[in-house]
Amino acid sequence: MSHQPVKFYQTGTFTVGNRLLDESIRSVQATKTRSNSLNSGHRACQGCGEALGARYALDAAMDVSHHQLIAANATGCLEVFSTPYPETSWQLPWIHSLFGNAAAVATGIAAALRIKGRSEVRVIAQGGDGGTTDIGFGCLSGMFERNDDVLYLCYDNEAYMNTGVQRSSATPPAVRTATTLPVGAEPGNVFGQGKFVPTIAMAHGIPYVATATVADLFDLEYKVKKAIQIRGAKYLHIFVPCPLGWGAASSDTIKLADMAKECGLFPVFEAEHGKVTGVSKIRKLIPVEEYLKRQRRYAHLFGKSPATDVISKIQARADENIRMYGLLATDVR
Amino acid sequence: MTLKQIEGSQGVAEAVALCRPEVICAYPISPQTHIVEGLGEMVKVGQLRAEFLNVESEFAAMSVAIGSSAAGARTYTATASQGLLFMAEAVFNAAGLGLPIVMTIANRAIGAPINIWNDHSDSMSLRDCGWIQLFAETNQEAIDLHIQAFKLAEELSVPVMVCMDGFILTHAYERVDVPLQEQVDAFLPSFEPRQVLDPARPVSIGAMVGPEAYTEVRVLAHAKQIQALTLIPEIAAQFKAHFGRDSGGLIKPYCCEGAHTVVIALGSVLGTIKDVVDELRTQGCAIGVLGITSFRPFPLTEIRQALQGCQRVLVLEKSFAVGVGGIVATNVRMALDGTGQKVLTVVAGLGGRAITKSSLAATLTAAMNDLLEPFSFMDLQQEVIDRALGRERQIRRSGPVAESVLRDIGSVASQIC
Repeated sequence: MSHQPVKFYQTGTFTVGNRLLDESIRSVQATKTRSNSLNSGHRACQGCGEALGARYALDAAMDVSHHQLIAANATGCLEVFSTPYPETSWQLPWIHSLFGNAAAVATGIAAALRIKGRSEVRVIAQGGDGGTTDIGFGCLSGMFERNDDVLYLCYDNEAYMNTGVQRSSATPPAVRTATTLPVGAEPGNVFGQGKFVPTIAMAHGIPYVATATVADLFDLEYKVKKAIQIRGAKYLHIFVPCPLGWGAASSDTIKLADMAKECGLFPVFEAEHGKVTGVSKIRKLIPVEEYLKRQRRYAHLFGKSPATDVISKIQARADENIRMYGLLATDVR
Repeated sequence: MTLKQIEGSQGVAEAVALCRPEVICAYPISPQTHIVEGLGEMVKVGQLRAEFLNVESEFAAMSVAIGSSAAGARTYTATASQGLLFMAEAVFNAAGLGLPIVMTIANRAIGAPINIWNDHSDSMSLRDCGWIQLFAETNQEAIDLHIQAFKLAEELSVPVMVCMDGFILTHAYERVDVPLQEQVDAFLPSFEPRQVLDPARPVSIGAMVGPEAYTEVRVLAHAKQIQALTLIPEIAAQFKAHFGRDSGGLIKPYCCEGAHTVVIALGSVLGTIKDVVDELRTQGCAIGVLGITSFRPFPLTEIRQALQGCQRVLVLEKSFAVGVGGIVATNVRMALDGTGQKVLTVVAGLGGRAITKSSLAATLTAAMNDLLEPFSFMDLQQEVIDRALGRERQIRRSGPVAESVLRDIGSVASQIC
């Protein structure tokens, strides 16, 4: 499953590289007509994966909906850095209500549009992992269960970054955050089963669920465009590295997103009505260690006496993803 | 005019339907549920063209309402008690965003101890959230206030709660005049939002505001409430012109002129109070009643004027601010600041305790004879309190309070009079 028409192996597939492509097959980001839905001038940190993810996703959604798009936004980094009063970066109708209700607000917008016969206008809700997998989960599940005509975009940076890097239910095991220190023997997040919302979304049987990363622009745009055109509830879980919260270099955002997929820790796939219909294969399998080492949130696992047992448990999680989703090129689905 | 012998909830459902709401969010909670059920039936048979959403919680109900109202749809929901508390964050948010949602509160007590019966604790807990709060005295007024509420909300771009006593009104069958569709259409214009999520003219709603402007945004919300002090009587006058009856307004004075004592209350208990006052007046007592319809905005000036000349005011409250005392009384004292008029508070009817004519007559008589404490409870079983406190002094593990009190009192049936 690759949605990039031409691969650029010298510079890596995921560089934008659009100048070398025919205009008709360029990404939305590379078009002159892209909407800049999240316009420049906002206050996101350098290298913010969420800002990138939101920009990619919304420009694609605007493109495919012919600019007939309304967004509901949960409280969080994306909301705070985009709308410092009286300025706004949003170039589309946008509402922020609360931390935990973006999905329900979007349901309300969709209901209003339906009764007014405005079926051409599409609705998205968006939030970070805290606003999606924790505090907003009830409203999200309700929106799924009713099959409301909303595309929910979760920008997953694996912790509460806006409040200063606290653990969420999307924080992976062994990650060090401000609130994982007091729990368990290790400074990192304890090994629980975690909460992977894409599979929970699939369990609702909704028409479309997908994951994506900011490292694969074509794949992300393809999934947004596909989702926007489907009637009913859709969920897109986008992996967005956070340089600040992860203790990573700002210039590593795309690289880390790519590595998370390439080591198997973040499976990239799509599913329809509860069944996986496509996976993005790993191009060049890497050990999780390579991915972990570049982030200070895992620093306690390395150093003079590396926590090899913890690292191997993380590797086991990646291996399980690879097996479960068939992420290797040799796997046939 | 269509006179119908119907349940209060059904009357409200019909009144709301006449206002042509476009989105209705429904989540069940007693004693509100019959209202949204009634609306659901009308949607089902095509009598009402609306989106009827079964949401997963009250928090979602208000959140969906926020979305639909911001997208320009006339929006309605209803709740009570725990439901109002569960949606509290979104209730504040709807007011802060200036979205003209109309919501019925079927007033009910708040747990623990869990109690489904009527008092005003729920509405009072959110009195300062920025919504307008109108209290209905009768089912007819509940019907009329809903029709006025949509007009008021949309004219000001402020949400409105119509509060009606749970069970006492919601479940009471009585004859009401349900207006005709053409009457309501002539009275209530279509919704023209001040702000709307529209791809043709994109706006950002709900931006972050820091210390540089937060105060001003809040004061503007207050300014809407002050405007409502003028608009509520105007709308009541327009209502009378269209429908031929007095309903709504800020306050309802009854025999206040020349009264030495005035009883203040909200909601359905006003009926019982007026009966008792009528009887006391036949005995020559100079007593009157002042009903407050608009609790938010609180009509300070109007109340001060209505109470001019009386010596003492008895505020009868169906709510209780634990740790302080009366809630309505505190507001009334503000209205009477500097007048030296005495304000007495009596808390009655908590958790559905019946407010009987005989207890009222005794309380009012005591007040008139200056025999009432400044703050008291009507029909309080002091011996139960004393026994519970005594038990707590004697035994460390005295157990759950509610269970101990119930064991003390004996069977519930013996308490119903």
